[in-house]
Amino acid sequence: MSTVITFKPVSTAHSNAPVLEIGHLAVGYRGSDGFQRVVHDVSLRVRPGEVVALVGESGSGKTTTAQAVIGLLAENGRLEAGAVRLNGTDIAGWSQKQLDTIRGSKISLIPQDPTSSLNPVKTIGAQVAEVLQIHRRGSRAEIDARVVELLARVGLSRPELRAKQYSHELSGGMRQRVLIAIAIALRPALIIADEPTSALDVTVQKRILDLIDELRREYGTAVLLVTHDLGVAADRANHIVVLKGGRIQEQGPTSEILASPRSEYTRKLLADAPSLGKIRAVPRARSPRIRGSDDAIVVQNLVQDFSVGGRREAFRAVDDVSFTVQRGTTHAIVGESGSGKTTTARGIVGFQKPTSGRILVDGVDVTTLRGENLRRFRKTIQLVYQNPFASLDPQQTIFQIVEEPLLNFDPLPRDDRARKVHAILERVGLPQSVLTRKPRALSGGQRQRVAIARALVLDPQVLVLDEAVSALDVTVQAQILELLEELQQALGLTYLFISHDLAVVRQISDTVSVLHNGRQVDSGLVEDVFLRPGSAYTRELISAIPGQRNVSPR
Amino acid sequence: MTGLNTIGRSLLRDDADILESSSPGSTRVSSNAQRLKSIRSIQPGLVLAWFVMAVVVLWALFPQWFTGYSPTAGVARQQLRAPSAEHWLGTDALGRDVLARIIYGAGNSLSGAFVAVGVGLLVGTTLGIVAGSARGRIDGAIMRGVDVLLSIPQLLLSLSIVILLGFGIVNAAIAVGVTSIASFARLARSEVVRVRASDYVEAAFGSGGTFTRVLLRHILPNSLTSVIAFAALQLGWAILTISTLGFLGYGAPPPTPEWGLLIAEGRNYLARAWWLTTVPGIVVILVVLSANRISQSFGKARA
Amino acid sequence: MSRYVIGRIGQAALVLWAAFTVSFVLLQALPGDAILIKFLNPELGLGPEQIAEIRASYAADSPLWMQYFTTATNFLTGHFGYSIHAGVPVGDLLLANLPPTLWLATLGFLLSLVLAVTLAALSALSPFSWLRSFIQSIPALFISTPVFWLGILLIQVFSFQLRLIPVINPGPWEALILPVVTLAVPISAPLAQILMRNIDHVLTEPFVAVARAKGASHRWVLSKHVAKNAVLPTLTIGGILFGELLAGAVVTEAVFGLNGIGGLTQRSVGDQDIAVLQAIVVFSATAFVLINLTVDLLYPVFDPRLRVRQGALA
Repeated sequence: MSTVITFKPVSTAHSNAPVLEIGHLAVGYRGSDGFQRVVHDVSLRVRPGEVVALVGESGSGKTTTAQAVIGLLAENGRLEAGAVRLNGTDIAGWSQKQLDTIRGSKISLIPQDPTSSLNPVKTIGAQVAEVLQIHRRGSRAEIDARVVELLARVGLSRPELRAKQYSHELSGGMRQRVLIAIAIALRPALIIADEPTSALDVTVQKRILDLIDELRREYGTAVLLVTHDLGVAADRANHIVVLKGGRIQEQGPTSEILASPRSEYTRKLLADAPSLGKIRAVPRARSPRIRGSDDAIVVQNLVQDFSVGGRREAFRAVDDVSFTVQRGTTHAIVGESGSGKTTTARGIVGFQKPTSGRILVDGVDVTTLRGENLRRFRKTIQLVYQNPFASLDPQQTIFQIVEEPLLNFDPLPRDDRARKVHAILERVGLPQSVLTRKPRALSGGQRQRVAIARALVLDPQVLVLDEAVSALDVTVQAQILELLEELQQALGLTYLFISHDLAVVRQISDTVSVLHNGRQVDSGLVEDVFLRPGSAYTRELISAIPGQRNVSPR
Repeated sequence: MTGLNTIGRSLLRDDADILESSSPGSTRVSSNAQRLKSIRSIQPGLVLAWFVMAVVVLWALFPQWFTGYSPTAGVARQQLRAPSAEHWLGTDALGRDVLARIIYGAGNSLSGAFVAVGVGLLVGTTLGIVAGSARGRIDGAIMRGVDVLLSIPQLLLSLSIVILLGFGIVNAAIAVGVTSIASFARLARSEVVRVRASDYVEAAFGSGGTFTRVLLRHILPNSLTSVIAFAALQLGWAILTISTLGFLGYGAPPPTPEWGLLIAEGRNYLARAWWLTTVPGIVVILVVLSANRISQSFGKARA
Repeated sequence: MSRYVIGRIGQAALVLWAAFTVSFVLLQALPGDAILIKFLNPELGLGPEQIAEIRASYAADSPLWMQYFTTATNFLTGHFGYSIHAGVPVGDLLLANLPPTLWLATLGFLLSLVLAVTLAALSALSPFSWLRSFIQSIPALFISTPVFWLGILLIQVFSFQLRLIPVINPGPWEALILPVVTLAVPISAPLAQILMRNIDHVLTEPFVAVARAKGASHRWVLSKHVAKNAVLPTLTIGGILFGELLAGAVVTEAVFGLNGIGGLTQRSVGDQDIAVLQAIVVFSATAFVLINLTVDLLYPVFDPRLRVRQGALA
């Protein structure tokens, strides 16, 4: 922290006084069934230059707590009790007008989704300048110069050009850099970073978190980091606060929390977080690999072009991808957004005709199938989608959803169908009571179980899981992964696991292909690829997995 | 004719969709947005709206339960009487009870509105579903046709059709219905296209569903909910438009009690008998407001 | 010119041609015969030969396809034919009736803009939620009000009760006040609703939270961030609003007994004066198509997101 002192020569005693001190905070929302408290008795401190991570799953109240600090609760939200002391001043009871004077200058925000967090019809420069204008810092020319300086500081190339561009002309990572520039513009005492990298690819995430770290160190700013990712918290925070159901489960220095968690819930979180380097102690019980003996999926030189905007020239989404998957094993396709991983999966399932190449599933060439043959083929391979909120028909009951595939093929008597539905539901660990409900009455994890049940009810050979656990909370994710493993053992299923999350991939798969811009840059046994990555890109991907440092930053 | 269905139509302009930007990571649903949505509690307005609709439907079905007076036969010495205990809403220039004419008029206005919405719903939705499911050239042809229909101002179109079919309440209703075909078609098509693009429809195909089955089991049920909400909205609009045609003299011929015609007849006695025009207008407003409120609740239920 | 622009213009032309054809077929199919309506009047004492002569002069008996082509080429060269009823060129009739309607429509539109923006701004700025929901329910009331009834009510209140505006021989401006209000109220309602809906929607956007986090006040956010994002999408209903304006003008002119396109339409419907009706349909379809075309072509100028898209197509 020596840099801090050179910047802000303050006495040690003073610098140790917390920038932010939350005392017994309670926040509630006014809903259709009265007032509901979602944050109970939360107390925490953030000292200068320190990163405190608020960790929790959805509904834990972590974002609400952060919003309460900066006075930006949703309209129906109310800070009911407790104190929010900023540099010793309680701002909990302040009016919006009072808060306006400190927001941006004393406290600032790095939001979650960089895409929608920038005004689409204003230039980047105008949006950075705005914070300076609001707090009347300097003349127009000074502000313009400062904007360019800030954009350069956050690592944007050609800052003069960027200032004139609009949000949609920038990539996600660049947008988040712009938002960071806005947050640091007035060197606030506290930055609230609300899931600042959740919407970004893992390599971008690492660079953005590095940048926040660097700026924090340079300016001595305190950071309240809100995240669902324990790995990110472990890497970046000095202090971790674990929230569940609006209550603090435990808090303490990062190293302590990681080494000896006291609460049951924290232990569970740590155990379930794939990124915290929990590599299976015992390698998977793999069936003996005899090359070419029994391949469930064979992909040879797959190429997929898309025509763009009616123009002649095509965009190559998948470029010469080949791999084989042995029956009963799991093959992962890993890549960031735009890598072509989903396109590959859709070709294999038969939703897309590849431009060239061969795809054999269970010995059948998918690329040649059409009409009734294609429909029959679907029995062999099923797809599970990322978002269980979108992949289930909202108007059907769970029974109808799971039963439907059975109706599409050789009709079974009603009783047999019902028996099959009941059996598969039990298999995926759902109570029979959900059968009459509609998807909206189920949690995300339950819905994903329904989606898996629907996929399995036809007794397929192959299950393609397209980011099937990415939208789920980490404890739910762990349960689903466990379920998948169990099902594979019991039914001898072959999985094609599409994911951006290397930690999860390492946990669940036998073999892996790494895709980058449509090209296959690496492939082979998971351990081989992880220990001896064959390309610079794979190395970068692996090193970007959060949770590897396990030590608090200095 | 008012801008009642402008909102509905504005939702249908394709351009609006361009502005919707999707973002990565949006699947992690913000719990606060959901919280904000669920604030609505009991809705006295909605209860009132259903009550108004129920009363008007009863008027239409059993007018004699509500008034002892004839809607068409006047009493000679009771012309232009102000509202009183005897005639709650007064009498018109021919000595007819205004309340009776309003109550009996409900039948004409409501049945006209139902015919109009029926025509639009049936023809428009069918066209929209065909366009949305068939895609390609059929889609292009139907939607260009719809563009043409939309480019002719509705009132002109309905006037032309009324002249073509002849004056009268049913013909006016059909004319009004025809002008709403385009809106229904656009909405139905955009809904079919939206639902078709959803994961659950792809999943239905993926589990071996045939086109017809997926269409019947997923695409139609999920597209039609907002079409139904729009139909309720159109009901109010149809009541208004039919009354406008009635006012201009293209609807029911006198002495039929029809709300627009009632107001038109009262026009000549503005200085002497305010009740002739004011009360029927308020009734129209109440009914249309109620229909819109009910439509809104349908739309909410879907969201 | 980019391919997009050319394509868009081509599409507009196609729609216009189709609108012309549809209206032609529709109007030809009308059961009545304008010539008979006018000239079979016994008082004129015309014999069958004379009527046949008149029919020939209007080319009413030539084959339909020939009439179609003649009418189409005439329209393209700006000749809209002769009104059978008035016996003067349709173009002259339109020109004579257009100015008052344009005045009415323009003033009505401006007033509706003022009303809509005021309502939307009041709702966005109101500090209490009950006040906001009250303001937000006003357009629903406006939308449910029959235009003709509103006109009558205004006459009743302002001319008969309060005697503010004379019914007989009002001044040129006095005569316009009530019709403009009558026209503006229902037009303003959908505009206000769309504006309010957009404002509410934009206010939930994360970039608004970011602006608040910069220290921007509610008003600052409304004027610098919300306004443009909320107003832009309303441009797309420009064409539809024009249709509503025209329809509103027809009714308003009928209520207040004004001259204009509305009155002309009404009379032509009564007389089955096909040439005039056809011209009015084509005229309003042209205006509708042109407005939509302008909106589509101008939209990218206001919305930077679409500029690139079109740049890519250029």
